[in-house]
Amino acid sequence: MKRKVVSTLLCAAMVSTMLVGCGGGADNAASGDAAATEEGGDAAEGGTITVGFSQVGAESDWRTANSESMKSTFSEENGYELIFDDAQQKQENQITAIRNFIQQEVDYIVLAPVTETGWDTVLQEAKDADIPVIIVDRMVDVSDDSLYTAWVGSNFELEGKKACAWLNAYAEAKGMDEINIVDIQGTIGASAQIGRTKGLEDAAAEYGWNILAMQTGEFTQAKGQEVMESMLKQYDNINVVYCENDNEAFGAIDAIEAAGKTVGPDGDILVMSFDTTKAGITDTLDGKIICNTECNPLHGPRVEEIIKKLEAGEEVEKQAYVEEGIFAHGGDVAEVEIDGEKFEVTEVTQEVIDARAY
Amino acid sequence: MEKLKKFTSMRLFMPIVCLAAVLLINVITTPGFFKISVNNGVLYGYIVDVVNRASELVILAVGMTLVTAASGGQDISVGAIMAVSGAVICQILSGGQVSVNELAAPIFLAVLAGIVVSGLCGAFNGFLVAKLNIQPMVATLILYTAGRGIAQLITKGQITYVRVESYQTIGGYIGKCPIPTPIFVAAIVVVITMLVLKKTALGLYIECVGINGNASRLVGLNSTLIKFLTYVICGVLAGIAGWVASSRIYSADANNIGLNLEMDAILAVALGGNILSGGKFSIAGSIIGAFTIQALTTTLYAMNVSGDQLPVYKAIVVVVIVVLQSPVFKKFLDNQKAKRNTAKTVAGGER
Repeated sequence: MKRKVVSTLLCAAMVSTMLVGCGGGADNAASGDAAATEEGGDAAEGGTITVGFSQVGAESDWRTANSESMKSTFSEENGYELIFDDAQQKQENQITAIRNFIQQEVDYIVLAPVTETGWDTVLQEAKDADIPVIIVDRMVDVSDDSLYTAWVGSNFELEGKKACAWLNAYAEAKGMDEINIVDIQGTIGASAQIGRTKGLEDAAAEYGWNILAMQTGEFTQAKGQEVMESMLKQYDNINVVYCENDNEAFGAIDAIEAAGKTVGPDGDILVMSFDTTKAGITDTLDGKIICNTECNPLHGPRVEEIIKKLEAGEEVEKQAYVEEGIFAHGGDVAEVEIDGEKFEVTEVTQEVIDARAY
Repeated sequence: MEKLKKFTSMRLFMPIVCLAAVLLINVITTPGFFKISVNNGVLYGYIVDVVNRASELVILAVGMTLVTAASGGQDISVGAIMAVSGAVICQILSGGQVSVNELAAPIFLAVLAGIVVSGLCGAFNGFLVAKLNIQPMVATLILYTAGRGIAQLITKGQITYVRVESYQTIGGYIGKCPIPTPIFVAAIVVVITMLVLKKTALGLYIECVGINGNASRLVGLNSTLIKFLTYVICGVLAGIAGWVASSRIYSADANNIGLNLEMDAILAVALGGNILSGGKFSIAGSIIGAFTIQALTTTLYAMNVSGDQLPVYKAIVVVVIVVLQSPVFKKFLDNQKAKRNTAKTVAGGER
């Protein structure tokens, strides 16, 4: 008897799930149609460009700023209609989103991929539908480069080079004769880690710096702190800590201070960092982080530039880097030069922090 | 000789040997490993780091041991529960802001809320396992996957910072006390659990239920309630661990607090010589296991093993330790010994 009741219940549950599932599907299709017709109407009006943006999620301040930048750039006032999709860190959600965009016949697809691989099929579908795809932030690894129109993101190796060029100039200005660096790396294999570590390694070889140790802090404050604790016990001559993001830098500073050493321009150890989040440059103002190299999340304007070029029928470059600055404590170094190109160094003041959106 | 034999056949013998072996590597590779000095008014040294950093793991391992003993399965959601607890505490303290320099609510209330929520998470797991008889691994898989999502929801997907000195005490130092606070927290948790287990019959009940749930029920123990209780305790302990972890970084990092720590906690239980299918248990063993894992991590850091290779070395050491402790290997050793003894007697007889 009991078994019968359970099986009936299960059957009922199955049927209802199917009904609900199908109903939902029909709903989606209907809304898709509605969007398509609406879009068609807009095209007839002749102004609005529809952009579908598939974002990874909202895991960090950086990501939130990235989404904000897109939303403010592709606003209705600027003549765009933005369809924003938050994939909550899942690739399958992003693939579904792109298929929806294709169905809705958007004019452009912007994709911030969660992983590098597995995009061939869905990007091919977009290509078949003649919709240009612009990749932002992370790169995609596809067999055929023509599957996407352009990529917009950060040049991580250049970020590393900038930071190192700044350190070299600062060391000369301050008369530091020996530089002993420890590198708290990001998550091994992340493009930010690879680029920033390479920048440091090349510079160390060029300028004759000692890299005492390299260890991953996995881009987190807790690991940054733990790794720094260990490094401080191994070496007592560390004078520069090269952290590959702000969170690691916070952890490293805590560990250094707990060990009774001081950070900052007049202290024992200089802490360098990347990302320039608002919290990060607040520490730069205090001198705790001596130099903070930007990793710019404001991709919106660059993407718009590309779309405008495409609209005008011009050729676009396959890779477009966003502009990124160097933020330092004090004005000891005014600018740095890398491969003949000059980069200005911004001295962090309260105004700079207040102007920061993220 | 008899005494030595008694000592080597003790349950805690192997776990202690393993911990000693890991620490011994350091005598050779890092001579300064055991040096403890007072630096900046606080204790300073690798050993202090090991004990300090192992605190969260010790707390989790205690809960995991009880759950394992009673239900013969593991709670794999503890890492996620830590994140939830951290998120609740920081969100209440910050009053919904992303970063604050002043407390929006008393710490006591926030921590209480965090621990109550973790207890509820534990109760949810316990209900699924004890009442609905779902496999523990499957039941806790729900919160394992959903927990971090819940934490993200609470913090609205941001890292919430509470930059207030008083909140950092639990993960740092109390006033001028030279010993890191997490060590005290772990010690208090262990002492209270030990007292409860020894002074009441709870420890015995848990073992009974773990060995044979039906038989215990027939003799009048409420096995469902006891299983349920162990999961609640495990959840509460995970909440405390989350509090310590978030206080260390004075923020709620929902993505990273307690990440992969559930696996380390299970490993600690296994390294402590506990049987993962339930029954008899030893909290002391699990604690030694937890210290072994942290000692290993700190050792590898001290030896400058690069980050991407770290898991490999960890795995090798773990495999060796687990093999050393396995019953099959022990039997093999005993057989070898017996063979040698017979050979001796045979040789003696011929003469």
